[in-house]
Amino acid sequence: MANQEDIALMGHLLRRAGFGASRAEIEAKAAQGYNAVVEELLNPEAQPALEDDLVLRYNPVYNHSANIQTNVQQWVYWMINNPRQLQEKMSLFWHMIFCAGHSKIDSGEEMVRMIGMFREHGMGNFRDLLMRLSTSPAMMYYLDNTESHKVAVNENYGRELLELFSLGVGKDEAFNYSEDDVKACARAFTGWNNAPAYPPFPYGRSPWEFRYDPADHDESEKTFLGETGRWNGEDIVNLICKQPATARFLSRHLYNFFVADEVPVPSWRLTPPKDAEAINILEKAYFDSGYEINAMLRALFTSNFFKAESVRFAKVKNPAEMVVSILRMTGDHCGEVKPGLFDVSEEPKFMGMDLMNPPTVEGWHTGHEWIDSGTLVERINFAAEYLGRTDLPGVQDMINRLMARGQSLSAEAFVDGCSDMVGCVNITEDTRRELVTHAQRGGELRHGTAAERADFTRKCSEMFQMLAATGEFQFC
Amino acid sequence: MASKDNVFVVLSLSGGNDGLNTVIPYTNGLYRDFRPHLGIPQDQVIPLNDTLGLHPTMAPLKEFWDAGKLAIFLGIGYPHPSYSHFRSMDIWHTCEPVKVGTEGWLGQAIKEIDPHAQNVLTGVNYGRGLPRALAKEGVPVASVGNLDTYGLLTGIEGQDQRTQALDVFSRMYGPTIGHDYALSYIRRTGTDALKGADILATAPSKYTSNVTYSNTSVGQYMKNIAQTHLANFGTRILYTTSPYNGFDTHANEAAAHAKLWTDVSETVKTFFEDLRQHQASDNVTLFMFSEFGRRISDNGSGTDHGAASVAFAVGEHVKGGLYGEYPSLERSKQEEGGNLKYNMDFRSVYSTILEDWLGMAPEPIVGGSFERVRFLH
Repeated sequence: MANQEDIALMGHLLRRAGFGASRAEIEAKAAQGYNAVVEELLNPEAQPALEDDLVLRYNPVYNHSANIQTNVQQWVYWMINNPRQLQEKMSLFWHMIFCAGHSKIDSGEEMVRMIGMFREHGMGNFRDLLMRLSTSPAMMYYLDNTESHKVAVNENYGRELLELFSLGVGKDEAFNYSEDDVKACARAFTGWNNAPAYPPFPYGRSPWEFRYDPADHDESEKTFLGETGRWNGEDIVNLICKQPATARFLSRHLYNFFVADEVPVPSWRLTPPKDAEAINILEKAYFDSGYEINAMLRALFTSNFFKAESVRFAKVKNPAEMVVSILRMTGDHCGEVKPGLFDVSEEPKFMGMDLMNPPTVEGWHTGHEWIDSGTLVERINFAAEYLGRTDLPGVQDMINRLMARGQSLSAEAFVDGCSDMVGCVNITEDTRRELVTHAQRGGELRHGTAAERADFTRKCSEMFQMLAATGEFQFC
Repeated sequence: MASKDNVFVVLSLSGGNDGLNTVIPYTNGLYRDFRPHLGIPQDQVIPLNDTLGLHPTMAPLKEFWDAGKLAIFLGIGYPHPSYSHFRSMDIWHTCEPVKVGTEGWLGQAIKEIDPHAQNVLTGVNYGRGLPRALAKEGVPVASVGNLDTYGLLTGIEGQDQRTQALDVFSRMYGPTIGHDYALSYIRRTGTDALKGADILATAPSKYTSNVTYSNTSVGQYMKNIAQTHLANFGTRILYTTSPYNGFDTHANEAAAHAKLWTDVSETVKTFFEDLRQHQASDNVTLFMFSEFGRRISDNGSGTDHGAASVAFAVGEHVKGGLYGEYPSLERSKQEEGGNLKYNMDFRSVYSTILEDWLGMAPEPIVGGSFERVRFLH
């Protein structure tokens, strides 16, 4: 039987390495032991794969759909139901860094293919991932590499590859690359293009295809990050991967996504990491393993800096986390395909995260910038709506567990129990005081008779909703 | 009595309105050639002059034209048109046709009007999520999916229970001292949101009217806009969007477009009738636009994404008339891909609205100096 601390730590792990879990699942995993669960997460193949043919059977229209909402729905379904939760979380991680958006790509199918690539390879080798990114037809088009030619170089991909996808602008106040490096990088990627599209009639659009055109590649000598040669794109990727700046950039991104909200990325050159020691550990894992992302994740989830009390609830939930974790906690859209998924998958957009369509190549502004007066109302009302629904299996289970805590609960025990159930154990003393005062007004909390049980259930629903409305609930 | 500060209302016609079948060059032979399936017969067009006329469903808007209160912007667009709904709408929202902008033009206008965010309802959007036009950090904008149920913790059963819960909410969000930045920020935002919701919730009960809005989403949201305006909350910018991508008429356009313009035209008429009955129309200008127009040639049952289109302004201070030139339908003068070429930059119209109606310098907001289109008096 797991103790409270084990459960709290497991809740933390599952909120960060996945999209949260029901109370029952958290307790079961806590009983399994922290390290065993980390290994499970790090070895996705050990878990069953999501049977996505089930989704297609119910929604044949999802197959090769160009429509964006259909593809966002598929992804949200994966986030809720993929038993390989870390793999799914990593697809979101990369989507938030290797940004490409439907606003330009205008093909839901290409967006879902890109997400699928992140899912499949996002925990593998970083060098391999950068190569896949640089040969992704959607990315080549999104960042205009399809417009880059030997005789007329377009620097967009060359620049963003360095600035946003690997080195970052600078570290420890120094700059990581020069404008000449950008030009050399862009020249090395000339000829990295897409094959001409087949005409869409009569069979509809065909998937895009990357094609390297040696005749359009600038073969001349280039100096990149101090090294000179007839570099092609793959050489550039190799040179990038061995840079300490790349290790730093990736480590800070992992820390920011999994451990605690950092300052915005453009400040990273001048602002040192929140936890320099943690970043060192991750950088070391990057080099020791030969750029294996999985090794960095193992170092992260087994470290003390990840388990520390001080980083729990130190992140503002992003909208996808908010929506998906509520569904997993309450058990709606879990393990079944049913109507209503469309509405649910639109919710992150209302909260400011239009999945598959980041506002710019720099991605979303995260941390407290997720919140404004419009998005906060959406977040609170969504979470409260679901947590208030006592017909949902996850909510029923939480109420049963609260009833099992005693014949009669004091207001304090009731508030603490409810916050424990919804994973909001970070409530501040001032919030707790207000909730306890409120609970006291309702009189004694008993559940012996049918009438008492009905009243108890109503009070749980109300308290869950009020917890969902707290500022503290916005964190994970 | 409504406050006399000028109020700007936007109705965004999402999806790409077919300008060619909205303001119709009904005597132009090329129109007949390019629109064999979707051309509106000449005898059904509502003439504005000898060459241009409105879609047959737009009779209610024609009344504004006859009264000299409907401005029509012809050939409106921007250089190097994007044919993506999202991107083109973003360009209209942010005035950034080249790089990707994140700040909306109306978000910036709200910041000018109310720099310290003293009124959390200076800008209000009706619809789910915030259009980027209204987005700017530090600018609170209420975004209301349904005015009758808008608010926080709406799922708590029983009026007393909900009142109590909101009371607890306001006290939980009160303390912002002694917590880290993010939690303090969230609590301040929550307090603003609750304040906005509390005020907005009073709008429907303050409102009485003899007019009836159509039971469509455009009708109901424009009613909400009227309710908000009439409630005197000091709201200056009101925004709503017709059903998302509704104007995207790739197929079955004849019936769909007629229905869309029936709803919009009738709603605009109802809206102004409503405001006039309350003597509250004098300080309101309504603007309607779409992210792009549609292909000149029809595709047999609909039209595909195009470039330049038409936009409209309606109001007591609007100088009715045609502004800009109708783009040529001749092949040699078309935008690449068989589309209408713009001759009026939308930022010209925005600049005029910002300067003449909202009383602020447009250049920093629209990103440069654009010729004004003096359609307001």
